Amino acid sequence: MLHITSVESRGSVKAPSKLTVFLAVLLALILGSAAGLGAFTFTYAHGASYLTNDPRACANCHVMQDHLDGWVKSSHRAVATCNDCHTPAGLLPKYFTKAEHGFFHSLAFTTGQFHDPIQIKARSLRVTENACRKCHKDIVHQIDIAANSTVGLSCTRCHADVGHMD
Amino acid sequence: MAKLKDRLLNFYRSRPITVFVFMALLAAVGAVLGMIVLVSVFRHKQEAQNPFFRVVELTDETDDPAVWGKNFPLQYDDYRQTVDQVRTRYGGSEAMERTPTQADPRSVVAQSRIEEDPRLKTMWAGYAFAKDFREERGHAYMLDDQTYTERQQVAKQPGTCLQCHASLVVPYKKAGDGDLVKGFEKFNQMPFAEARKLVTHPVACIDCHDPKTLQLRVTRPGFMEGIRAFKASQGVKDYDVNRDATRQEMRTFVCGQCHVEYYFKGPEKRLVYPWANGLKVEQILAYYDAEQFKDWTHADTGAPVLKAQHPEFEMWNQGIHARSGVSCADCHMPYKREGAQKISDHHVRSPLLNINRACQTCHKWPEAELQARAEGIQERTQHMRNLALDALVALIADLKTARATNPPPPALGAAQDFQRKAQFYLDFVEAENSTGFHAPEEALRVLGESIDFARQGQLALRPAKQ
Repeated sequence: MLHITSVESRGSVKAPSKLTVFLAVLLALILGSAAGLGAFTFTYAHGASYLTNDPRACANCHVMQDHLDGWVKSSHRAVATCNDCHTPAGLLPKYFTKAEHGFFHSLAFTTGQFHDPIQIKARSLRVTENACRKCHKDIVHQIDIAANSTVGLSCTRCHADVGHMD
Repeated sequence: MAKLKDRLLNFYRSRPITVFVFMALLAAVGAVLGMIVLVSVFRHKQEAQNPFFRVVELTDETDDPAVWGKNFPLQYDDYRQTVDQVRTRYGGSEAMERTPTQADPRSVVAQSRIEEDPRLKTMWAGYAFAKDFREERGHAYMLDDQTYTERQQVAKQPGTCLQCHASLVVPYKKAGDGDLVKGFEKFNQMPFAEARKLVTHPVACIDCHDPKTLQLRVTRPGFMEGIRAFKASQGVKDYDVNRDATRQEMRTFVCGQCHVEYYFKGPEKRLVYPWANGLKVEQILAYYDAEQFKDWTHADTGAPVLKAQHPEFEMWNQGIHARSGVSCADCHMPYKREGAQKISDHHVRSPLLNINRACQTCHKWPEAELQARAEGIQERTQHMRNLALDALVALIADLKTARATNPPPPALGAAQDFQRKAQFYLDFVEAENSTGFHAPEEALRVLGESIDFARQGQLALRPAKQ
């Protein structure tokens, strides 16, 4: 096809010129380089580990190191990993939450703009509160009924240190 | 599908340069973002390895903190910030300009506490503190403020003072030919001016850290002996703080080397922490009573009185934070992030100036709430402290009158002893630098008892009923 330069090859499609071919090749090189750089950064930053359930992945960016250390010594280490309490049930909600956390955590840590010590957001706290109830439903159900409260009781308000001290 | 492909192809082939420039720009933005992340990840990975570059060799002779700072620049930067003068609601120092003189070259000092509250002059009548007492400033000023205070002019001070006003590991060892305790004893017996010439720096790295391992260590003989006596009172024999204390205890003990009540014992002016009975105010007073020790004779009343000196360690020991294992450093030098590194903040200061790191690590409440709680405690303490000071000043006035009568009432001695008690209890909270926060209930108890002692003193002076 490339040797035909002056005649329209089919229907209404314009024929390629030397310029369009040259720029297309150049563009491929540029995009390829950018993609390569992205791929390297992704590998170097252990990007794939974020798709796993391994708690060590959460401390990749170092901010969560104390939380990981705390979890290792906590009562929940044998029964729950980070994702069990900090992502909702269901494949789609789970990976949506992961993606959201991933984006905002990377943004915060790369720019250095975040409150120290770090604080949980309202939505993430709801996720965690629901996670408590995933496993402890039988007990908590009775408490929730007894409390008869419109605002709802918070498990972590009293049991703040079960997952990790920090 | 084929139609879309054709349209895209046409779009490109009719404006190849526009499309190229746009796509190239897009790739460039992507590459820039990728590079930012890459460099940031790389830098944080390096930081996380906690690199330590030994630029200089540190030994037990290196007392200049600037030399240590070459190896530990982050900690050194923070340490230098103790020059800051910042007020909190009830504490902290304010920078006051003054005209330097030959005798006192300081161009900035802190506000005078005795001018703020002249009742303190009545309490300390006849003692050097009634002449000059200013709010304490940061660690950086400890040596200058001790050297140039007017207290030096009205009273002969011994070299003992320097244990806590200078970096002393190297000077003590030099004076004692390598023996820290011998050097300490020699310093205690020198006049202040002579001892002052042997020291250069305010408290420095070497005073709390081992130069080889950077582990915390106690270097002040006064604390080593004091804590040994205190542990002995609890049945622990031969306590060696550098051998027996845990790492978390050391994060308090290094501060307790100086932030304590003390006195100069005997003609050799040995620095002693009065803890042989325990750390509570009544146990310390009982110790002084048994030793028949007085700091001075009160000018207005003739009572043998005591000056309490910043008993932060003792007060903290009676509080909830001590009971929960929270050390001085946890709040006054909290951990902080420098990139991916975690270091303890060597800018030692009031936690109220650093609430998020100092308090929120454990207390997950908003800053405003935590500040209100702390200031609520301090407000109550300050209120009671004012009542206790009024009560003491009233007792002093009554004693002054009673002493002038001829013959003096028989209960004068008993009333003077009540003044000694009331004054020491009050000063134990007044001189303590947390305005009650280190142990809120204990501070209020001590002030309450102080008021009661003043009341009993006034009752003793009443003429006996016919």
